Formats: sequence, structure tokens, C-alpha cells
Amino acid sequence: MKFGVIVFPGSNCDYDAYMAIKTVIGQPVEFLWHQDTSLRGCDCVILPGGFSYGDYLRTGAIARFSSIMKRVMQFAQEGGLVVGICNGFQILLEAGLLPGAMLRNTSLRFICRFVHIRAEDEDTPFTGICRKGQVLKIPIAHTDGNYFIPEDGLTQLKDNNQIVFRYCDESGEVTAKANPNGSLENIAGICNSSRNVLGMMPHPERASEKILGSDDGRHIFESVVNFFHQGK
Amino acid sequence: MKTEGKDRLAVVYVKLKDGVLDPQGSTIERALDQMGYQGIKEIRSGKIFEITFRENGGGKPEELIDEICRKLLTNPVIENFNFEIVK
Repeated sequence: MKFGVIVFPGSNCDYDAYMAIKTVIGQPVEFLWHQDTSLRGCDCVILPGGFSYGDYLRTGAIARFSSIMKRVMQFAQEGGLVVGICNGFQILLEAGLLPGAMLRNTSLRFICRFVHIRAEDEDTPFTGICRKGQVLKIPIAHTDGNYFIPEDGLTQLKDNNQIVFRYCDESGEVTAKANPNGSLENIAGICNSSRNVLGMMPHPERASEKILGSDDGRHIFESVVNFFHQGK
Repeated sequence: MKTEGKDRLAVVYVKLKDGVLDPQGSTIERALDQMGYQGIKEIRSGKIFEITFRENGGGKPEELIDEICRKLLTNPVIENFNFEIVK
């Protein structure tokens, strides 16, 4: 299978994602430019972290209108696998591929540190090799990661098991103290109702080798590869 | 020759919806409290956009500004807007 990493002006985790896929996961990967109109046969598209278009207006608000996003939206509707990491998640929210919106962190600070997240659902292409409730140590790096969704939307997320990751402590307890940014119900990652689009604030590509402090991020990419080859 | 209309000016006000957490507003609120200002009940932060545009004869300017607000300037999940065409 082939991965594609989209490069927006201001993306800064594009190379990290590219290297994690290529050298750690060992899968073919190529960069896709924001002005491209083709996904060049990629089977999974990654929207990486960064500050696309300077994060002007709102995070992801301008990137969402770039040429390649029209194609990504079509790809997602056809069931293609899409992963938005951090700024990529924010772009997917603005594009309406995922429900909800991001608010400023309650601390108003840029937070860059390791956190623990709990895999709430293993029935997605992105968490297939995780145990339900498995705790992953993965870093966050953001100012606007305070996930918000109105009450009816939250009910839908829960009813459809779309909450994929929650911030938790080391032992897997979802507590207020383990919530780094004020996210509603400690939400760190969600998927769409068809389960082929994932958005997550933590950076799995930055936790793909032990020397980086954790290699738990591999679970997400390896699940995708596994899902793709099993064809389910 | 292209027909040129006159310049118009719209002012757009964007604010977070009621009930949506506004960390910036609450921080300003606490700062005012520490500065000794009493009786400030709540601060909600927002944005203002001034849009200068040319009337082109087709379509109502109100519709144009409304469309721009909905499509790009605001995120309807968390924000409300209103605008006035002042010139």
C-alpha cells in the first residue's frame, strides 16, 4: 500500500510523518503538494501537523480550501483512509470531514509534552492492533487542541463509538488532571461515522521509535497497514 | 470597458456562541479583577473584519457578505456573526 503526506505551506511535521512511514513502518510514501489535484494512487492520506497558512483566521480554516482538499473530501467520501494529525485534525474539522471544532487550550499556552491516551475503540482501521483500553504514550504540541462539540453532536459521537482516543493518566484513568487542554470529555481523537477518517491531536509520528521516548505511535500506522492488507 | 462601481465597506463582528468556552475572555476577565476593576461580570472575546468591496451591480451586497461570513470568516460550530454595511 502507498501513503501520501500532504504538504501545506506551513506544515512542519510532514518530514516526520514521511520518515516514520518510510523507515519505521517500511511502506511506500510520497509527498503531495497542497496545489495538487490528484492523490497519485495513495491508499492512505496523512494531513500532518504544523501551522498551515500561518493558522491565520482559525487553525485549518484556509488550508481547508486548498486544491488538494477537494480531492481529499471526495476520497474520504469514497471510503479512502485519511489521517489528520494535530493541524491535520484541525483542517479535517474545518472541512467538515469530522464533526466539532477546536478552541484555544484553557491554559492559553502552547503545550509540547508527552501525554497518555487510551484507545477507546479498536474497531477502526487506525486502532485495529490496539487492545480496547490500551494506553499509548504519545506527545502533543498545540495551542488549539481544546475539542468542542455541541451536546447533540457529542451524543452522536458516543452512540456511534466515534471517540477513538481520550487523554488519560499512565494507568489509563480518564481524569480531569490528565486533560492537558480542556477538551470536552478528554477527547484526543475521533473518527467519522464511516470510520475511515481519523483526527487526533497527539503526534504518533513523533513517537515511532524508542529513541524518541516512545514507539507507541507505530500502533496507528501499523493498524492502517494491517487493515489495508486484510481488506476489512 | 469594465463598469466600475463605488467602494463599499462592511464591518463583520464575530463572537463565540453563548456557552462556548472562551479561555481568552476569561483570562482578560481575571486580569481586570486583579487590576482592581470591580463589577465586571463577563468578558467575551471576538473578532472584527472590515471588508472593502466594489459593488458590481449583480447580487445584493448583503448576500455577498453573508456568504463570505458563512463560508470562511466563521466556524458555525462555535461562532456567531453579524455585520453592517457602513458605507
